[in-house]
Amino acid sequence: MVKSDLTEVLCKHPFVGDLQEQYLKLLVGCAKNVHFHDGGYLCHEGEAADLFFLIRNGRVAIEIHAGHKGKQRIQTIGPGEVLGWSWLIFPYRWHFDGCAVSEVSALALDGKCLRTKCDKDHDFGYEMLKRLANVFQSRMEATRLQLLDVYGSHKGR
Amino acid sequence: MFILQHQDLDVLISALKSRGYRVVGPTLRDDTVVYDDLNSAADLPIGCTDDLERGHYRLRRSESGTYFGTTVGPHSWKKYLFPPRVKLFSIQKRGRVLELEAEDPQQRPEQFAFFGVRPCELAAIALQDKVFMGKNFADRTYTALRRGVFIVAVNCTRSGGTCFCDSMGTGPKAEDGFDLALTEVEADGRHFFVVDVGTPRGTEVMNDVPRTKAGQSDIELARKLVSKAKAGMKRSVTQEGLRQFIAGNLESGYWDEVSRRCLLCANCTLVCPTCFCSTVEDTTDLSGEHAERWRRWDSCFTMEFAKVTGGNFRPSPRARYRQWLTHKFSSWIDQFGVAGCVGCGRCITWCPVGIDITAELEALRGHGARAET
Amino acid sequence: MKHTAVAEADVLVDPMIPQMMSIKKIVWETDDTFTIQLESAAFANAGFSFLPGQFNMLYVFGMGEAAISISSDPAKPATLTHTIHRVGTVTNELSQMKRGDIIGLRGPFGSSWPIEKANGLDVCIVAGGIGLAPLRPVIYSLFRRRRDYGRLLLLYGARSPLDLLYRVELEEWSKLYDVEVLVTVDRSDSTWKGYIGVVPNLLSYIKLDARATVAMVCGPEVMMQYTIAEILRRGIPQDQIYLSMERNMKCAVGFCGHCQYGPKFICKDGPVFALPQISSLFEKKEL
Repeated sequence: MVKSDLTEVLCKHPFVGDLQEQYLKLLVGCAKNVHFHDGGYLCHEGEAADLFFLIRNGRVAIEIHAGHKGKQRIQTIGPGEVLGWSWLIFPYRWHFDGCAVSEVSALALDGKCLRTKCDKDHDFGYEMLKRLANVFQSRMEATRLQLLDVYGSHKGR
Repeated sequence: MFILQHQDLDVLISALKSRGYRVVGPTLRDDTVVYDDLNSAADLPIGCTDDLERGHYRLRRSESGTYFGTTVGPHSWKKYLFPPRVKLFSIQKRGRVLELEAEDPQQRPEQFAFFGVRPCELAAIALQDKVFMGKNFADRTYTALRRGVFIVAVNCTRSGGTCFCDSMGTGPKAEDGFDLALTEVEADGRHFFVVDVGTPRGTEVMNDVPRTKAGQSDIELARKLVSKAKAGMKRSVTQEGLRQFIAGNLESGYWDEVSRRCLLCANCTLVCPTCFCSTVEDTTDLSGEHAERWRRWDSCFTMEFAKVTGGNFRPSPRARYRQWLTHKFSSWIDQFGVAGCVGCGRCITWCPVGIDITAELEALRGHGARAET
Repeated sequence: MKHTAVAEADVLVDPMIPQMMSIKKIVWETDDTFTIQLESAAFANAGFSFLPGQFNMLYVFGMGEAAISISSDPAKPATLTHTIHRVGTVTNELSQMKRGDIIGLRGPFGSSWPIEKANGLDVCIVAGGIGLAPLRPVIYSLFRRRRDYGRLLLLYGARSPLDLLYRVELEEWSKLYDVEVLVTVDRSDSTWKGYIGVVPNLLSYIKLDARATVAMVCGPEVMMQYTIAEILRRGIPQDQIYLSMERNMKCAVGFCGHCQYGPKFICKDGPVFALPQISSLFEKKEL
């Protein structure tokens, strides 16, 4: 994909928001368009988290191996959402498997490169952390609601 | 208006009985004034007066021989119009077939005459009329019991210790809703009733009762006594802005304070003449072939009231006390256009820990004011 | 929205007395939820008239009643169904009944989903768990006059893939070109390929013309709270958001006081409310 197209695509993703021009250029420089088929893996638990993904289309399921229960899918990440924050958080390793459960198109960002840039330019680092904090918050809220198991003991209706 | 000599009060009762009414009214039992059948005027609590305070009720002899010297007891007229237990239907199971037999409320044999209804109680009856005979569905049981009830009201000539009908706009004088209204006067060795007639039916009954036309001075005497009752009231509720204030303070810390004292015993809801909550009870007999459904009184103070399978919407004492008070003085207005309290004071008298709702409303207001500063 | 649909025969009926209905069919939707279809000689011709969102009180001999939303098509009054979650004594007893067994029915009660308010607008139906049951009559009604509305969106979530209701119909609806269906589950094993996550999250995946959208929401109360917060955040006006509330029902006609929610009687002012009617109560604890 041509750089100008990439910029346009990147700008459309909610993760970018109102990022300043110069930082947007940084991201574009570290971005590439990727595609996964249904059943393909974007990441594996334990591997180095050198990339993170801005999902454009499709769904990625977060899979965790739960011992005797086998593979459990605990959440899907969909269009407009972000997969992966471990690129910026020590020890920079994935904590789950990310499996595409449909055709997925996404922007893969070079997290390794970007975290170096965050260390050098703290203002840029702040912009990235701000955005990741949003991701943590909405993920946490959703997880809490899932934990409440609201459908569990429902009154007869 | 008429004058009825006190000794002829009995004739009024007989006149009602001869017309087929079942006359019920205040009578004495276990040192309490309760509502029960009246055979004659002698069954009334003659010569009694009462002392009511927070959590306190005593009857004592008075110096006079008045028939209506007491104020209110633990019973209210809802005992008759909205009975504590009513059978709704029974079902017989024959194999798979269910044969339902509905109780027909029209079948009730008696026609009541309520003898001695206080003005606050007239207001309470009017409130329950709004609840049960309102727009959507009319409750057949209530409607059947209510229709044709003959009401002999009694204006209050003294205020009970816990009364606050004046500030609730419901007394101490009966304005309407009665067939006859009596004001008992004892003065200068005379003892009589000033009788106000409210309906043609009232006039018709009075035709059989010895009476004379009331003179202006006697009417004035009666009026003065009622004013005295009004002036003697020790408690009041400021209604202005109350509905919105309560609605805006549902999360006030005040509710924690009051609920620390409340025992959730439900006495207040039982003695309250306007409380209308009920529940249904389904029972079967031992054979398992006969089932019945009964309606019985319920109270928002009980643990089960807001229970649903798998949870409870109002488990805490705080929430339950709040439900009662906010319903009575706030939600009731949204639902029926007028407050649900008639100022009879029963809940104050019969609360075992003496919670006084007039004081509680002030406390809520005070708490709200403090929170704003 | 407050009008109650009543067939001619019902007008003189005492609302406290049940009518006898017999069970025509029982279908298990999930391992703890089932749909019963009822019939009766009295309703053989006219059928049972109701508005979407209304409920009936179903009576089991000697045991008691349960308030159950009507889940069938209002335009087909001869096929009256209720989808029931087996949670308590009455619903458990109902779940063990057979074709031909007799139960009592009182109703229909309550307010209805204001479908006419959605004319010319997009409709976003958001359901959680058994909340899809009282919304299914709306879906049928919208399909019947599809051209009267803009986009139709159905967002639905359940505990797990096995807890999804009406799976066959969901499948059919997903295939329709003029309906957008998004389904999510709270938890799943590795066989589910759909969304996994909470219902409010589904709103992130759809574009909305917020001001021209009517939302109808039904599900467990906490799910509705989070969902409505998200719907408001997306800009749908408060008075275009409708929800169905629930409380303990005994009489269902506004006399017993049990279903009160602030000043509202859920049985007659609700169960369907426009958000502004209850927004001052909605997030207060233990009302």
